[in-house]
Amino acid sequence: MAYGPHTPADRQRMLAAIGVRSVDDLFADIPEALRAGPLRLDPPEPEQALVTRLGGLAARNQADLASFLGAGAYRHFAPSLVDQMLLRGEWYTAYTPYQPEVSQGTLQSIYEYESLMAELLGLDVVSASHYDGATATAEAALMTCRATRRDRVLISRAIHPHYREVVRTYFHGAGIAVEEIPLVADGAAAGTTDLAALEALLAEPERPAAGVLLAQPSFYGLLEPMAEAARLAHAAGALSVAVVEPVSLAVLAPPGAYGADIAAGEGQALGIAPQYGGPYLGILACTDALVRQVPGRLVGMTTDLDGRRAYVMTLQAREQHIRREKAASNICTNQTLLALAASIWLAALGPHGLRDVVALGAARAAELEAALTKAGAPRLHPGPYLNEFAVRVVDAPRVHRELLERGVLAGLVLGEAVPDEPSVRDGLLVCATEVTTAGDIAAFAAALGEVIGGRAPAAVGGAA
Amino acid sequence: MSASGPRLQPTIFERSKPGRGGGLVPHPPSDALDRIPTEQRRERPAGLPELNEAEVVRHYVNLSQLNHAIDVGFYPLGSCTMKWNPKVNEWAARLPGFANLHPLAPDVTTQGTLQLLWELEQILLEVTGMRAVTLQPAAGAHGELTGILMIRAYHEARGDTARTEVLVPDSAHGTNPATATMAGLHTVSLPHEDDGGVAVEAFRRALGPQTAAIMITNPSTLGIFESRIGELLEAVHEAGALAYMDGANLNAILGRFRPGDAGFDVMHINTHKTFSTPHGGGGPGAGPVAVNERLEPYLPAPRILRDPDGAFRLERPGERPTSIGRMRAFVGSTGVLLRAYAYLRTHGGSGLAEVTDDAVLAANYLKHRLAESGAFDIPFEGVCKHEFIASASSIKKRTGIRTLDIAKRLLDHGFHAPTVYFPLTVDEAMLIEPTETESVETLDAFADALVAIAEEADRDPDVIRSAPHTAPVRRLDEAAAARNPNLRWRPAAGDWTPCPD
Repeated sequence: MAYGPHTPADRQRMLAAIGVRSVDDLFADIPEALRAGPLRLDPPEPEQALVTRLGGLAARNQADLASFLGAGAYRHFAPSLVDQMLLRGEWYTAYTPYQPEVSQGTLQSIYEYESLMAELLGLDVVSASHYDGATATAEAALMTCRATRRDRVLISRAIHPHYREVVRTYFHGAGIAVEEIPLVADGAAAGTTDLAALEALLAEPERPAAGVLLAQPSFYGLLEPMAEAARLAHAAGALSVAVVEPVSLAVLAPPGAYGADIAAGEGQALGIAPQYGGPYLGILACTDALVRQVPGRLVGMTTDLDGRRAYVMTLQAREQHIRREKAASNICTNQTLLALAASIWLAALGPHGLRDVVALGAARAAELEAALTKAGAPRLHPGPYLNEFAVRVVDAPRVHRELLERGVLAGLVLGEAVPDEPSVRDGLLVCATEVTTAGDIAAFAAALGEVIGGRAPAAVGGAA
Repeated sequence: MSASGPRLQPTIFERSKPGRGGGLVPHPPSDALDRIPTEQRRERPAGLPELNEAEVVRHYVNLSQLNHAIDVGFYPLGSCTMKWNPKVNEWAARLPGFANLHPLAPDVTTQGTLQLLWELEQILLEVTGMRAVTLQPAAGAHGELTGILMIRAYHEARGDTARTEVLVPDSAHGTNPATATMAGLHTVSLPHEDDGGVAVEAFRRALGPQTAAIMITNPSTLGIFESRIGELLEAVHEAGALAYMDGANLNAILGRFRPGDAGFDVMHINTHKTFSTPHGGGGPGAGPVAVNERLEPYLPAPRILRDPDGAFRLERPGERPTSIGRMRAFVGSTGVLLRAYAYLRTHGGSGLAEVTDDAVLAANYLKHRLAESGAFDIPFEGVCKHEFIASASSIKKRTGIRTLDIAKRLLDHGFHAPTVYFPLTVDEAMLIEPTETESVETLDAFADALVAIAEEADRDPDVIRSAPHTAPVRRLDEAAAARNPNLRWRPAAGDWTPCPD
């Protein structure tokens, strides 16, 4: 058996010590009628053959296109040191720090992750990690219900469609109402969350809302009126939840600064490879006042018997292994290694490197906007954005397909990704980051010019 | 920094010096952020540390060396299956064709990964005896929630809405009852018989038209195969309820017992346990969920489909209206799943059977060694599966030394402690799971260490009570940590530099 240490003599020695003739005797407790026959699977594959097989499968993917696809998963530059640190077996082959005396490395790294994220988010309590941005968002919404003892949550339609779906899945189980806040239809704020509609949804005294969820930047890349939304939520006795993209927080105001009680988000952008969907890093943070409501692990600083600084998992009375059916969540295994990856990436870049990443992405995005506008695909919304925006393209699915044939991954076809949002039916969602090259942008614009030819829509900002 | 001894580190913030580091990304044009409205911007840079490369690397190398890990030594943490994590799987996950693939990339550009995931599904179906599988759940507990939500959807679709209870044996993981609550159902705890199995009479009394499901871990967290499983499942189905199998202990039954054949309706698989994907200091994991034909319509979306022409694709939004919906963004933790795929290909059918045989052999050998020594109580005699319970109950009565003390003393011997005080149903429990990848010499050394500690408990209990003595730190003040939580470092105010432009 691959990776197994036992020689036939070892096995014989163990069987003899136990006092059985064959290993089959150790399975005599399985009722005969329920015993399985041999597994009908391929024979074992030596590492050399496996390497060939996996190399072949990887080669069937096209992961090196000129890509403008973001929509919740972003490419960023990761310095070489990050992965070299992650490949240390002391990190990735350890488990949950149940014995803190021999897990101080993991524990301190989680404490530092909590601290780094607290700096970015402007919130004091950061959970050790959740599965991804979508599940962290669902947990944030559940937190608002526990904290307010209300059972109705308002969620902006400018939040990632997958996140909204996950919230619906989770809430169906919990029996909580989830209602969507529509988008502003036109004008300077087109595409952002409609605050007047939010105010109306909050003004239902019979059905008080527990929480109000908005994303910053929104799924459409736009900057949202976060401070206003938080003020409206608080005036109605609800909690304010900000769904954030953490890299942007090098530049954008942190949730704590605009009154958010809880922040949730996807940490993949913190230097973690896209990997076709995961493993990613669910960020969940809150104010001190909500610390007993936050699900998942927390690590705190303490001392050992000799008074030395040390770290330990704490406030575990919230968790499933203590509270069982009364726990804040069922989460157990989380994403510690991804929190470590994010921490190392942040430590390597530092505050100025991170700010440069964001500023360079914004500069590239502005170049992209100019090039696409010239090629006949103007922006769909007029408001400010950081590095992602929607453009108007007639027959977007076909254009997207034909661009792909020319080696350009032209972002996301919004009509397919959000079929229930007619205002973006003719939209492509595109993004640029610091790794987007001028050559990629030129290739996109040139190919787009070829594909849409003379059928470009009139370049009017804001009409939706 | 000395070449040996504990490598306790200051926080990364304390290593910071304003003005240090830089040079990793090009500097942007100075007007790059002019379009961002002032009121949407942060007032000053986030208080992140400023470090050069050597400082970052030394910090994380030194920190890493404070950890016990499988790459360092034996890690017999019961119910966690801390087996060897193959190195080739780490190489595979980092292949650019896999790692750089965007989760929303069109299917025509992702055929290699989709084929891998589809083949992984076929292998998992053969292993479990089930009909269909979702790879979406991010961990075991997430898989549990997925499974119980599907069971709810099944009952709802039949108009059978009075089923609000989930039966959970008292030895179960805490995730089982917590899952039931998240799914909006109530937990009914089932007691156990003297042999560790579910108490059948109590089970029959608890079962009724209000029962949505039973969640059973098999083998149980006591390391015992539930030999009355056929009878239990028959009764569950007669009552119109469904049966969930917690697959945490799948490592004990590969090629010996297929839950689908036995009548389970749904189960999750912890790839980070049975299929060797690294535990990562607490995660990531992956928790694929396999179901029979009853629950197939309710699987989360999107599923991975193979069209008649052999091309693979993801289910489109809304293509299967019976689905419970999404459980997370995107497809799943593909990077974890491909490591599991590599492991399964490496072992093949015969190798997986050997995995289980050797895991059960190792556990029974270690159990025999401890039973023979007479040093510990062994509450459940007879054959165990991949793990077993030992107890320090008698040692405690005799010397005052508790399981916790023994766990700490084991650290001085260079071993990680077993899972302690779990299951909750056994006094002074140690749940020991050696796995199939540890040599007989290691098993012997571990047994010798435990026996030596038991003898030491009579001779010199203080040395155990004050253990560990050779770990980087001594026992921690957990009460103070909970009383006055310090959950973040506060960088010194004003200790930052403005951006160069």
